[in-house]
Amino acid sequence: MDEIRTTAHDVPDAARHSVGTPIGRRTVLKGFAAFAGAGVLAACGVSGSKSSGGGSGGGGGGGGTTVTFGSNYSDPAPKKAFGALVEAGQKSTGLTVKVNTTDHNTFQNNINSYLQGSPDDLFTWFAGYRVATFAKAGLLETLDDVWDKIGSGFNDATKALSKGPDGHYYLVPIYNYPWVTFYNKSTFEKGGYEVPTTWDQMIALAKKMKSDGLIPFAFAQKDGWPALGTFDILNMRINGYQFHQDLCQHKEAWTDPKVTAVFDQWRELMPYLQSGSTGRIWQDAAKTLESKKAGMMFQGTNQVAAQYVTDGKGLDDLDFFVYPEINPQWGQDSMDAPTDGFCLSKKAKNVDGAKKLLEYIGTGEAEATYLQYDQWDVALATDASVPTYNAIQKKSVEAIGKTKNIAQFLDRDSDGGFADNTVAAAIDKFIEDPTPGTIKSIQSSLEAQAKTVFANS
Amino acid sequence: MSAATPDVGLDVPRTLDPLASAPETRRRPTSFGTVAATAFMIVMTVLWIVPILFALYVALRPISSTATYGYVSLPHGGLTFSNFTDAFTQGQIGHYFVNTVIITVPTVIVALVLASAVAFVLTRLHFRGAIFLLILFTAGNLLPQQAIITPLYWLFTQLELPIPGAVLYNTYLGLIVINVTFQLGFCVFVLSNYMRSIPDEIYEAARVDGADLWTQWWRLTLPLCRPALAALATLLTTWVYNDFFWATVLMSSGDKRPITSALNNLQGQFVSNQNTIAAAALLAAIPTLVVYFVLQKQFIAGLSLGSAKG
Amino acid sequence: MSAEVKATPTPAAAPATKRRRRRIPVLSRRDRVLVLIMVAVPLLADLMFVWGPAIATVGLSFADWDNLGGLGNIHYTGVDNYRFAATVDPQFWPAVLHNVIWLLVFIGIASPLGMLFAVIIDRNIKGSRIYQSVLFLPVMLSLALIGIIWELIYSPNYGLLNTLLGHTSDSNSIDWLGNPHLNLWAVLVEASWRQAGYVMVLYLAGLKAVDPSLREAAALDGAGPWSTFWRVVFPVMRPFNIVVLVVTVIESLRAYDLIYITTKGTVLPGLELLSMLVTQYILGQTQRIGYGSALAVVLLAVSVVPITIFLRNAFRREDAR
Repeated sequence: MDEIRTTAHDVPDAARHSVGTPIGRRTVLKGFAAFAGAGVLAACGVSGSKSSGGGSGGGGGGGGTTVTFGSNYSDPAPKKAFGALVEAGQKSTGLTVKVNTTDHNTFQNNINSYLQGSPDDLFTWFAGYRVATFAKAGLLETLDDVWDKIGSGFNDATKALSKGPDGHYYLVPIYNYPWVTFYNKSTFEKGGYEVPTTWDQMIALAKKMKSDGLIPFAFAQKDGWPALGTFDILNMRINGYQFHQDLCQHKEAWTDPKVTAVFDQWRELMPYLQSGSTGRIWQDAAKTLESKKAGMMFQGTNQVAAQYVTDGKGLDDLDFFVYPEINPQWGQDSMDAPTDGFCLSKKAKNVDGAKKLLEYIGTGEAEATYLQYDQWDVALATDASVPTYNAIQKKSVEAIGKTKNIAQFLDRDSDGGFADNTVAAAIDKFIEDPTPGTIKSIQSSLEAQAKTVFANS
Repeated sequence: MSAATPDVGLDVPRTLDPLASAPETRRRPTSFGTVAATAFMIVMTVLWIVPILFALYVALRPISSTATYGYVSLPHGGLTFSNFTDAFTQGQIGHYFVNTVIITVPTVIVALVLASAVAFVLTRLHFRGAIFLLILFTAGNLLPQQAIITPLYWLFTQLELPIPGAVLYNTYLGLIVINVTFQLGFCVFVLSNYMRSIPDEIYEAARVDGADLWTQWWRLTLPLCRPALAALATLLTTWVYNDFFWATVLMSSGDKRPITSALNNLQGQFVSNQNTIAAAALLAAIPTLVVYFVLQKQFIAGLSLGSAKG
Repeated sequence: MSAEVKATPTPAAAPATKRRRRRIPVLSRRDRVLVLIMVAVPLLADLMFVWGPAIATVGLSFADWDNLGGLGNIHYTGVDNYRFAATVDPQFWPAVLHNVIWLLVFIGIASPLGMLFAVIIDRNIKGSRIYQSVLFLPVMLSLALIGIIWELIYSPNYGLLNTLLGHTSDSNSIDWLGNPHLNLWAVLVEASWRQAGYVMVLYLAGLKAVDPSLREAAALDGAGPWSTFWRVVFPVMRPFNIVVLVVTVIESLRAYDLIYITTKGTVLPGLELLSMLVTQYILGQTQRIGYGSALAVVLLAVSVVPITIFLRNAFRREDAR
């Protein structure tokens, strides 16, 4: 606050010295007082009610019947699904829910000021480390009482991701989706390809595809985060889930030879990844798979399947397999399956109402309502019965159910900025020049940067 | 973005069309130099207009046609305005235009009023430190926006306004405030240069007639500055319209953004359809092009105003 | 109304050319308040929203803050941020390099091209009006718009460039905006497309202001148009040249909108620029305010030089009066 007071003080000096004789000191001070007063008054107020950072703001109030809900489900399909969920929630709880939608990325980028300003009662967020940061900063309300009621409907893995580092619950999930390797059934039939279950089989398959004129793996990295998925899965396959989580939170060093092993393994894959990835957005890579110019693509169902639907290609030909085994010690026991959910802000005005709504959301029925309009995500509630599931979704549920350890994706398991900026930049370097020298330099660079980023946590 | 040409001490006719045709003596007989120059300019002009024409061409093609044949192809499937209508309706461009007007018009008016006020005081009332203040204002406009964004962002999100208990962040008011403040420097600079050229006798006569300060400013100075104000208004409108940074950072609600920063949203919304994005971009360009063709003289005059010396 | 009524103590007889007037007219009380308002409001705004933040940025650059937990959570860390930038951050030096390249291209290619256009148009050859209009057109467009338009040209599979070069298939397409060795230059073409027109108009205004008699004298002495320009016009336009240079430098430091719209906000390899890095650390879900501020200070420090030159140039004449 100091800077504001100081600058206000500068004004009378300038005016006093510069204005000539006739303007007296008193007049100057009077005038100054009028403005500085307002300024100082304004500057002093930091807390208190301010209009919401997203959407229309202001409505509802502390009344027991309205709950405000900040949402970043801005794309048409999720928006519709979310709307259905909210409507069902209103019916079930008798509350009125006011939704404030903000553009997807903007909402995330402004989350800090949002939560510290005047957030909605509930808001859309993600499980994992990202919840932990806000929980630690005291910006979230604990949801233990909600989970007492809904806990029975979820398995342990889901419960674990909804908790903060202090062991309390902070999130109620709505859906998740797996990161898997997609392919077109017709392509596989035509080429006589078989689904690989080990690394060597996959490399051999890629080699065969290449000689058949296909791009083995469609690949895009312009957005920065897609390649993080490959890093995640390779790390989990080679070094195990625990090491991966520890690395994400900088409990392990990036210079560890285990990390080198990940990049070395990736080098083997490089000749089969689509070139020019840093200039390609993932939607275009998905299109390459759609047009059958590429044989496979490793990304989330939330992206690839969604793109197929957006482009009007049915999901009948689309299929996937879980990433093959690399290290028999771990097999295929882990995968990235990011979970989206909802949190309750500490500054919520209607805590009781919000909790009631969350109790509804944390049921299989609610998840099924949402997923009516969503053809690529899957429910987490164990008792959810979603008649609208298509083949991809059914297979996803199966795949996730079989997986022992569910990770949330690098930018949710680790510091978001670190993952999306620093690690992504390092991977970009690796992609451009996948040599041992590059690997060594990016490892030491990542470690040095991680030290600073995680210094306070 | 600012540029002000300085007081170069060159003799300038006090007209505001600095690009007015020079006297006849400048015409030279056709020479090799002229032919070469003409050829060069023709080539450059063609190259310069190609990107815009290309974008227009793509915007007029249906996506099905370009997806199959590429952008550089004959118009199979004909030309269509559907991309423009899609951009307008699905892209809600009309809505963004309204936002732009809400932000731009007050900004220009307030900036000009404040700037002329400051310029008036600093030039007509000679006091020590006037130069310092002038420098302060001018330099403020030249700072890179990224250099001040961090505390500004914090200020916008934390500073509680005395009135409704709101913050400046994500409000039209906030964008107006920062645009006004950021453009103040240039306007003060230009207007003070211009006002300096108004002869003192006019003011003495006014004072003799009993005019107070307000009258001297409002009734006397501003009308005389009309050409400069018009030029600045044109410039400011264009610059505030084209602002991308302030709106992107300080306005989080996608649907409250003005048109230029909204293009970013549209890029995301139509990510599968470059043709519609091109159409949206061209629609966004229309107001500036209108200003350009109608008010080109004012615009250019504004850029070179500093050189007019009385 | 006779002069005695007003009893102005001002020596009205002072000639208009004398700038240094010691006596200012007496202002009524109301006028004094008005003056104060007229200056204080803009000044307060300027200080609060421009200079205050600028100073605060410098202060914050010596601290570490993640914007959680309020102002109390700011840890002062001395020059750690700067050390980090200089030694650890793999994006910093590339960003500096790219900013320098941007500057050099603007100074060496874009602005001279604009000046060349101005000189030729100033000769009033046929069609000058059209040339001027077309070349100036990009200046009216926002940089975001320019980015979108040129993406169509640079598109790897469909774009104008690749189609003309015959490199449109996936195996041989040139990735103008993605390839780290090419993308900076590709974007610089876009920026220069605009910058040249801008400089052209500024310079044209200056050229028109040159006393025609100078040129006539040179023509009479038998000087051709080229040497007339270099020996006579160019030196006379020295203050203008300085302004163009300064404006060029300042504009080059503002390269943000164009990059942002091209990369959709991410910092792509090859397009690291200081302005992009600054916002990366502030506009994210995890913010590193201190570090972002340190980068901003670097940007600020670099711009101080051209700003100072501009101010000295612009205001030297004021003091001389």
